[in-house]
Amino acid sequence: MPLALIREGTKTILRSIQGGRGLRGRLAAMGLVPGAEITVLRNGGGGPFVVAVNDNRICIGRGMAMKIEVE
Amino acid sequence: MQRFTVALAGNPNSGKTTIFNRLTGARQRVGNYPGVTVEWKEGVIETEQTHLRFIDLPGTYSLTAYSEEELVARNYLLESGPDLVIDVVDASNLERNLYLTTELLELGLPLVVALNMSDVAVSRGLEIDAAVLARRLGVPVVPMVGRTGRGIDTMLEAVLATVHRRRAPGQTRVDFGEVVEQRIRRLVDAMTQMDGDAPPAAQRRWHAVKLLERDQAVLATPAGRALAALAETSASELDQQGYDTSDITVSRQRYAYIEQLCRGIVKAQRPSDLDRAYRLDRAAMHPVWGVPIFLGLMFLVFNLTFRLGEPFMNLLETGIGELGVALGLLWPEGSTSPLRSLLVDGVIGGVGGVLVFLPNIVLLFLAIALLEGSGYMARAAFVMDRFMSRVGLHGKSFIPLLIGFGCTVPAIMATRTLETRRDRLITMLVLPLMSCGARLPIYALMIPAFFAPRWQGPVLWCLYVTGILLALAGARLLRRALFRGENTPFLMELPPYRMPTIGSLAVQMWIRCWLYVKKAGTVILGVSIILWALTSYPQPPADWSSPEADPADQAAAAMAYSAAGRAGHLLEPVLRPMGFDWRIGTALIGAFAAKEVFVAQMGIVFAVGGDEDNNEALRLQLRQHYGPLVGFCVMLFCLIATPCMATVAVTRQESGSWRWALVQFWGLTVLAWILTTVVYQGGRLLGLGVS
Repeated sequence: MPLALIREGTKTILRSIQGGRGLRGRLAAMGLVPGAEITVLRNGGGGPFVVAVNDNRICIGRGMAMKIEVE
Repeated sequence: MQRFTVALAGNPNSGKTTIFNRLTGARQRVGNYPGVTVEWKEGVIETEQTHLRFIDLPGTYSLTAYSEEELVARNYLLESGPDLVIDVVDASNLERNLYLTTELLELGLPLVVALNMSDVAVSRGLEIDAAVLARRLGVPVVPMVGRTGRGIDTMLEAVLATVHRRRAPGQTRVDFGEVVEQRIRRLVDAMTQMDGDAPPAAQRRWHAVKLLERDQAVLATPAGRALAALAETSASELDQQGYDTSDITVSRQRYAYIEQLCRGIVKAQRPSDLDRAYRLDRAAMHPVWGVPIFLGLMFLVFNLTFRLGEPFMNLLETGIGELGVALGLLWPEGSTSPLRSLLVDGVIGGVGGVLVFLPNIVLLFLAIALLEGSGYMARAAFVMDRFMSRVGLHGKSFIPLLIGFGCTVPAIMATRTLETRRDRLITMLVLPLMSCGARLPIYALMIPAFFAPRWQGPVLWCLYVTGILLALAGARLLRRALFRGENTPFLMELPPYRMPTIGSLAVQMWIRCWLYVKKAGTVILGVSIILWALTSYPQPPADWSSPEADPADQAAAAMAYSAAGRAGHLLEPVLRPMGFDWRIGTALIGAFAAKEVFVAQMGIVFAVGGDEDNNEALRLQLRQHYGPLVGFCVMLFCLIATPCMATVAVTRQESGSWRWALVQFWGLTVLAWILTTVVYQGGRLLGLGVS
């Protein structure tokens, strides 16, 4: 299921990322790597997504959120 | 005196720059990496026997270059081989920060880890055993609080001890697990057997890992190309081993190693209370109120900037004026010495005119530094991204565009926060269209001259809106035509809110201030002298006008005779379609120095003097010569065309080459000509506002 469809407040595990290698590398370096536990903090309201990984908060564009597969 | 170069690396938001500022204080030099839009910062410390040169690298998450900044940081580390790297690690975010650390270890560079923000970690209830971490990593780990300076001396000691050591560093490396390690060994062995192209021995492991990740930049190197086949085979083997592609496998192994590294080192005394640091986000990132709050804050910032800056600007203006007078007194009364004219009118007039804005610019920079240091900038980008992405820009572009309403110079410097070169260049190219403060004197002159009071507000508003619409349309066009590709994915870390220290802000202010003055002293000085020469020479012969004639008339006559005046005449064929004559042309030439000069030049050309008190007299002249349509067209042209020389100079600096500064200059000038011509001719056809 794409990350974009996960409701606010839910915890989930990242499965895979469809995207270029550069982007995958950057996401990985920020903590968004398959196997990582993500909490969706913000979904909706017309702006980008906000997720929490460990103690980090990261904003992700909607388009990218569609390309990230989670549990 | 031994000299060493130390590079500071670390994640964005790890407090690296604060530490750099603390170390080097005002002894910093800021410039640009050649050819790219990335800023170069270096500073110096000297102890009794050692000279340490610090390079503050752009913040990176890893050595996989995704943005231009990361590429610059990585290339610097690979090619310039600093004597030591200080890895600034955010203690409250240890595992993520160690990702970069492991890559730095792989490069084989001597390392010292600055465990920064220890106070934040403690306040979150985290206890980190630095000694054990140091032992496991094989490098010194120094707990620090960059904000207060605590730990800085210990860190400097570690740095000095490490650089003076002669033997090779005994640093650990990531153990990627046998499956991956086997492939790494294979690649490293192959490199050992290569002749010329192999990377230096210390870097081979890093290169091998990158090849397994299919890193494009590394594959493009001579070594990469030579080993391409072997690299692809090894990477494919890894692909087949598991669910992920080889680059993901490598990343996951890295994190697995880090997790093991941190086992027993990080103890949580109590559950993480992270929400407190993000409390303000309920308002700042509110779906409905986020944008109004942002706009309100910006309004406040601008207001404060101009309110606080005005007394200082007036002071400077008076001071510079007095300086000019004092200098002039060195010559006998009524002297026509060219040197006097050069110094008083050319240098002090030109450079002084630009320096007068220093207070405003410094305050704008202060505001930017405060917004950025506190973490609010990220929220602003988040809130505005929705709108910016419609024209193909990143949310972060909004702030520089907004600052452009104050002054284009700091706005162009603010584009540094944008991640991609493409976003930076596009924003820089359209920025001058945001009507800056310097154009206000032109509007203040022209609007009351031609428009009845009830039309004055709307006309001003119309100009501002035109600028904004053109900027957005321009950005869209540039995205479609020159800078194609997908919208930059919005990916941004949201740092916890922080309070930047006064010291850090003060240092940044000083640096920007100094940069602006330096710019004034070089490029602007040069252009001022050239413009002075163009408007003063050739001088009319002594009998051109009678000595009893009004000095203003004499000045007007001299202007007409000068090179600038003649250029104005020469340009007439180009100016006519817009409804302009040679006088406006001459004034526009002067306006290149600084927009406000337009008003002064018009004053001279119409023989009413350049004072503000003479504006009514000048308006009278303008009404007699032109109609409202031309008046509007002049303002339109000034809005779109010829960014002032300070802007061009800063664009050249921030974009890394003259190419883009010239594209900006000529692009906007041509656009201005086309649009103004269309408006003028169209207006004439429709019979609007022609007197």
